[in-house]
Amino acid sequence: MSFLSIQDLTVRLRGKAPILRRVSIDVAAGEVRALVGESGAGKSMIGKSVLGTLPQALGITGGRIILDGEDLEQLSPRARRQRIGAKVALIPQDPLTALNPSRRVGPQITNRLVDILGWSRKAAEARALELLAEVHIPDPARVMRAYPHELSGGMRQRILIASAFAAEPKLIIADEPTTALDVTVQKQILRLIAEMQQRHGTALLFVTHDLGVVSKVCQTMSVLYSGMVVEDTNVREFFASPGHPYSAALLAATPKYTDPDGSLTPVPETVIRAVEEEVAAFDREMEGAA
Amino acid sequence: MQILRRMIARLAATAVTLVGVAVIVFVVIRVVPGNPIAMMLPPGATDADIQRLQELYGLDKSIPEQFLIWAGGVLQGDFGTSISLRQPVSELVLGRLPATLELSVMALAIAVVLGGGMALTATLYRGTRVEGAIDVTGGMALSVPDFLWGLVLILLFGVLWPLFHISGRISPSLGFEFQSNFYLWESFVRLRFDVWTDIVAHMFMPALALAIPLAAIISQLLKQSLKETMHLDYVTLARTKGYSETSIITREALPNAILPTLTLVGVQFTFLIGGTVIVERLFSYEGLGNMAIDAVINRDLPLIQGIVILFALIFTVVNLVVDMTYAALNPRLRHA
Amino acid sequence: MRDTRGHTRKPGLRLWLSGGWITVLVLAALLAPWISPHDPLAQDLFAGRMPPFWQAGADPNYLLGTDSLGRDVLSRILHGARLALTVALIAGVLTCLIGATLGLIAGYYGGWADLVISRLVDIWMAFPPVLFAILLIAVLGTGMTSIIIAIVVIDWTRFARVIRAEAMSQSKMDYVASAQVVGRSRLGTALTEILPNVLPTIVALLTLEMGIAVIVEAILSFVNLSISTDAPTWGGMIAEGRTSVHQAWWVLVFPLVALFLTVLSFSQLGEGLKDHFDPVLR
Repeated sequence: MSFLSIQDLTVRLRGKAPILRRVSIDVAAGEVRALVGESGAGKSMIGKSVLGTLPQALGITGGRIILDGEDLEQLSPRARRQRIGAKVALIPQDPLTALNPSRRVGPQITNRLVDILGWSRKAAEARALELLAEVHIPDPARVMRAYPHELSGGMRQRILIASAFAAEPKLIIADEPTTALDVTVQKQILRLIAEMQQRHGTALLFVTHDLGVVSKVCQTMSVLYSGMVVEDTNVREFFASPGHPYSAALLAATPKYTDPDGSLTPVPETVIRAVEEEVAAFDREMEGAA
Repeated sequence: MQILRRMIARLAATAVTLVGVAVIVFVVIRVVPGNPIAMMLPPGATDADIQRLQELYGLDKSIPEQFLIWAGGVLQGDFGTSISLRQPVSELVLGRLPATLELSVMALAIAVVLGGGMALTATLYRGTRVEGAIDVTGGMALSVPDFLWGLVLILLFGVLWPLFHISGRISPSLGFEFQSNFYLWESFVRLRFDVWTDIVAHMFMPALALAIPLAAIISQLLKQSLKETMHLDYVTLARTKGYSETSIITREALPNAILPTLTLVGVQFTFLIGGTVIVERLFSYEGLGNMAIDAVINRDLPLIQGIVILFALIFTVVNLVVDMTYAALNPRLRHA
Repeated sequence: MRDTRGHTRKPGLRLWLSGGWITVLVLAALLAPWISPHDPLAQDLFAGRMPPFWQAGADPNYLLGTDSLGRDVLSRILHGARLALTVALIAGVLTCLIGATLGLIAGYYGGWADLVISRLVDIWMAFPPVLFAILLIAVLGTGMTSIIIAIVVIDWTRFARVIRAEAMSQSKMDYVASAQVVGRSRLGTALTEILPNVLPTIVALLTLEMGIAVIVEAILSFVNLSISTDAPTWGGMIAEGRTSVHQAWWVLVFPLVALFLTVLSFSQLGEGLKDHFDPVLR
């Protein structure tokens, strides 16, 4: 029984143009799954669909999102919010904009515990201090009292990671958590996420366009093209022998860490045309069924 | 340090503005054709009488001389003597100031509640008919000035549906002895809620008339600012934590959206205070503005000068206070 | 992208409604001497405070009733429109010319001219405008010319402020620099390159200013400092109606409605024109 089961999820722009095409993804408890694809492939929209933070122009028009045995779309908006708040957390993409500039760091870590989960302020603060130490932040007590603008990008991302793990969620959605950071900081943060995941045993849905990251952190992966899952596999197998021509092309287009100077092949026209063909066929089938 | 230097520059600019206002008023009212002294004497007064009184009020000297004498007095807190009321200007003006201050502050409070409520409601129901209706209402409220809203309110709630008083500051029949001129405040502190209610029933309509345009401005600015804030990542993050839309708007977005609104509201508040002049007249409210109009009609030069300078002073003080509040509320400036 | 979805404001409807009312008003003002049922100054002491036609005891000769001196409310409103629009047009255009010129000078030439003009604007902003206007009328004496002068004196800053800012940003644009490179004089550049670009703003502001002029005139007549006590001004009628509002509401209501719609229309017309001209907003 998977913890998160997305079945045939379809998301459309203003009820028309499909953004996600019958996406099905399962994440078991403790599993680390990558969502891979080029920008615009819709990988972030999957996380947003689960979290309920889709932009207003987008709407779920089909499929189910089952979290811990409950169909989220059948719940009242209030109950849905509370389930997400209690069981799922987000590590956002840009640490510079994901902390409220007018509030101190401490309350931004503890607020979910106090306001949503009903912890005492004291217990929540103790927990926050403990977590800040866990993400290797020196002098956690001082950082708790700081405003976000006083801290570096890497520090802020550590805080956001601590905040995500604070309520011991069963699932964390990390939406390109290293893209906005310096290359040197990226590695530290990546290592930290992996470390925290292992210690807490949390399931992780890791949205990224970077196959190098996938090989380091993830166990399973879904490859997306144009809002459609083209391949669902485990990471070792993918790197050994990708199952879909598009996956293979994507892999060939990624710089190898072992061979940084090696020539890169862009995804060939023929592969793009073939996969576009697939998408079009899928759309025809979808319209026919509707 | 930088803040300090900016404050000093601001104070210097303020001083220049105040001197400029003083000079202009002084010169403008002294080219008045009618002789104020002749107006206050009974017909048949001799030229010698006029001469004597002109000397008394210093009106026989040249305009620059008069200005220096007046300015010297002002620096010692002496604004001269009112010609029509024959009392020290400072006493008269300070006696009326509390009435105008109470009215302005009440209007500001109404505007903030009304405008803030409109902005929050429109944000909560963004993209629906509710937002559209609030936009249209705000647009209308903004297009029509306080004077006209005052008249509309008089008709609606003074005549058609007489809920409030439409003239004066307090019912004379109450016979309550005040120790200060802050009627609203004093009656509240002394726990005389009957008196307090009566004062509010007098003040509410002029205050509302002043508040309506400001409320519309607050609503538009705050809504715009909230709209921009609602797209930011930390708001999205709060949403995933399980907060309701209402608490996301009020707890996460509002504190950051208020700041840009605040500076603009400061300027608009000075416009509101300027509006008290005619609105007080309209509601026969015994404040500074009402007195100012009488002073102009009676050609009471010292009184006019005193009132205009006081208004200019209030305007500049309001702007300073807004600047300082902005600095105090913005953590980035506070720790700079 | 003002609205991302759902409702869109209808600038078309707004322009039509406000433009329509202004047209009606202009016609009324032009034709007032011919279409007014009565002489606006003629008193009929036996027909004082007659209610409007639909109420009991009305005289159908006086469609909208009469005031305490038995003067016809409708005729006074029509003639009042004449005075209001005259003031609006002349005062609006003069304010615009003076304010926009000073704003262009300050924004385009900068330097000490900008310093002096900006300082003046600051000083002006510290005056309560209504009090300033009343003060000026007291100095200048009542009458149409005084009112127009007073409006120009208190309100030139509105144009100067906006046009200064616009001219400043315009003068930094490349096409202005290139016009100067080819050897055009500074004044020539200001007139040919900058003026046309700030013209839409000026037109919109001018429309708004006309509404403001109407309201200033009404306020001045309200405090009895307008043209003359007798003249049929909307503000004067409102002042009289205010004192007798419990006995004869119509003396207050009809001129108030006319004033309200006029001020609203000018303002909406100005806003509508601004949106219409502004390529960024459109």
